[in-house]
Amino acid sequence: MGDIVAVTGNEACAQAFKQINPDVCAAYPITPATDLMQRFSSFVNDGKVDTELVLVESEHSAMSACIGAAAAGGRVATATSSQGLALMWEMLYIAAGTRLPIIMPLVNRALSAPLNIHGDHSDGMGARDTGWIQLYSENAQEAYDNTIQAFRIAEHLDIRVPAMVCMDGFIVSHSIERVEYIDDADVKKFVGEFQAVNPLLDMDKPKSYGPLILTDMYHEYKRAQHEVMTKVPNIVREVAADFEKMTGRKYDLFETYRLDDAEIAVVVMSSAAGTTKDIIDQYREKGIKVGLLKPRMFRPFPFLEIAEALQHLKAIAVLDRADSFGGYGPLFSEITGAVMSMNSKPAVINKIFGLGGRDYLPDQAEQVLDELVTIAKTGKVETIKEYIGVRE
Amino acid sequence: MAKAIEIRWHGRGGQGTVTAAKVLADACLSGGGYVQAFPEYGPERAGAPIRAFNRISEKVIRMYGPVLHPKVISIADATLMDAVNVTEGAPDDVIYVVNTSKDPKEVREKLQAKESQKVFAVDATKIAVESFGRPMPNSSMLGALCKATGVVEMDVLLENVKKSFGKKFAQKIIDGNLDAARRGHEEVKEG
Repeated sequence: MGDIVAVTGNEACAQAFKQINPDVCAAYPITPATDLMQRFSSFVNDGKVDTELVLVESEHSAMSACIGAAAAGGRVATATSSQGLALMWEMLYIAAGTRLPIIMPLVNRALSAPLNIHGDHSDGMGARDTGWIQLYSENAQEAYDNTIQAFRIAEHLDIRVPAMVCMDGFIVSHSIERVEYIDDADVKKFVGEFQAVNPLLDMDKPKSYGPLILTDMYHEYKRAQHEVMTKVPNIVREVAADFEKMTGRKYDLFETYRLDDAEIAVVVMSSAAGTTKDIIDQYREKGIKVGLLKPRMFRPFPFLEIAEALQHLKAIAVLDRADSFGGYGPLFSEITGAVMSMNSKPAVINKIFGLGGRDYLPDQAEQVLDELVTIAKTGKVETIKEYIGVRE
Repeated sequence: MAKAIEIRWHGRGGQGTVTAAKVLADACLSGGGYVQAFPEYGPERAGAPIRAFNRISEKVIRMYGPVLHPKVISIADATLMDAVNVTEGAPDDVIYVVNTSKDPKEVREKLQAKESQKVFAVDATKIAVESFGRPMPNSSMLGALCKATGVVEMDVLLENVKKSFGKKFAQKIIDGNLDAARRGHEEVKEG
């Protein structure tokens, strides 16, 4: 077994990078992801890894360099947050469309304006349609475990798709907590040797990347990209099963907590799920049948599996740490999409919480659960979308 | 080790308060527990009031966000009692540990502590200056907190002070901090 340490989420991800020793990392600093890559750059400097660290002049360049290195045939990783991800936007689509398995911890942070360095999911949700796999982590342990699994998932020969590993900025990235590391040798064995597919640097077999495809085949190309994504859930599960064999820690497409016999439930991602579980325990002690579903894999979204897990409920609250102005929260839209396939449909409400790092406190969870209890009794939804934890 | 305990630290930027919370987390982890240590992030300026938190538990810690009802409130700078609301959310059985040259009874009055609430005082800055020549009260505060709360064994704490300071500082400073932690443990007084 590996060391048990008290570290931040960023530190844990940097350790995963160190153990995996990617061929190339191209990065540009941005709070709160800066600290992750800074720690990794110390490993590079101290000769603990032989990664080629490319320090570029912007995130757009960081992702561009990652794309070049991945197309050349390397195992490639980077990390970013917020505006950094926003600046990468055009290159994110190119990485996914070119099917390059780049790994990127995304330390979730709010988007400007106004300028805010704290955690919410606006950045990750904005990259929802880029074609990247997205895994969300509740705590530092999950951020570490997901990073290691992400290499295996993204590099799987049946898919070759880039993956983001998300964790809440500051709340997880900068909090020190208990993490069980895995031995270096076990991590190396788990992720395996990198297998290059169609590397540009294979001079005997020249290739061309980045073709122009117009009305003749673009439509088909995009459908193929979608079809590749449909293969991801099984691979995520296979990798999770192997990971569990190695560590005893269980992962799936989503996590359920006290959900099987529940009548009402909260759907929420990342660190807020932890806080909610504590409040659920308190309500369970009062005899209220409440549970939780925490999506881990947001892209591709496991609609059918989630529908099956939620279909016995009377009422569901979907908590979004991101917003769509003039629309519903992004997670709510997915959950209602899942609910659509059910025969009997539970009532679903949407709460927007924690924007720009606003604390998600126990009383907010209680407020949501109390409302669900009422909805389950009356069957009536007063307001579909509301903000919680707002100063009036 | 305590079953579950939540701690709020009040300090000023540059005093090593966040380091103290981290060292305590390390020490409690070596004691076999689950831990959290995190500061409140804002503009980071030397001398500005800051808060940091610990959660320590035998069981997995799932709660995120600030500690609202701390069992222990550690005040690394006595002037903060006039600057910020250090008693916010204090339960009836709270334990205060205050860095001050004043008598613990005076501190009790100042905090308007209830009879059921415990007040400990230690001259942590003086100890620090005498031990290693700098007014950094974190090691002596850790020693005092260890005595006042019993949250972790003193030898485990000392081991982690050594480990934490050993990464960055010369032997003289490490030894000075170990002395400061020991003296904080010995000299803290209840009032």
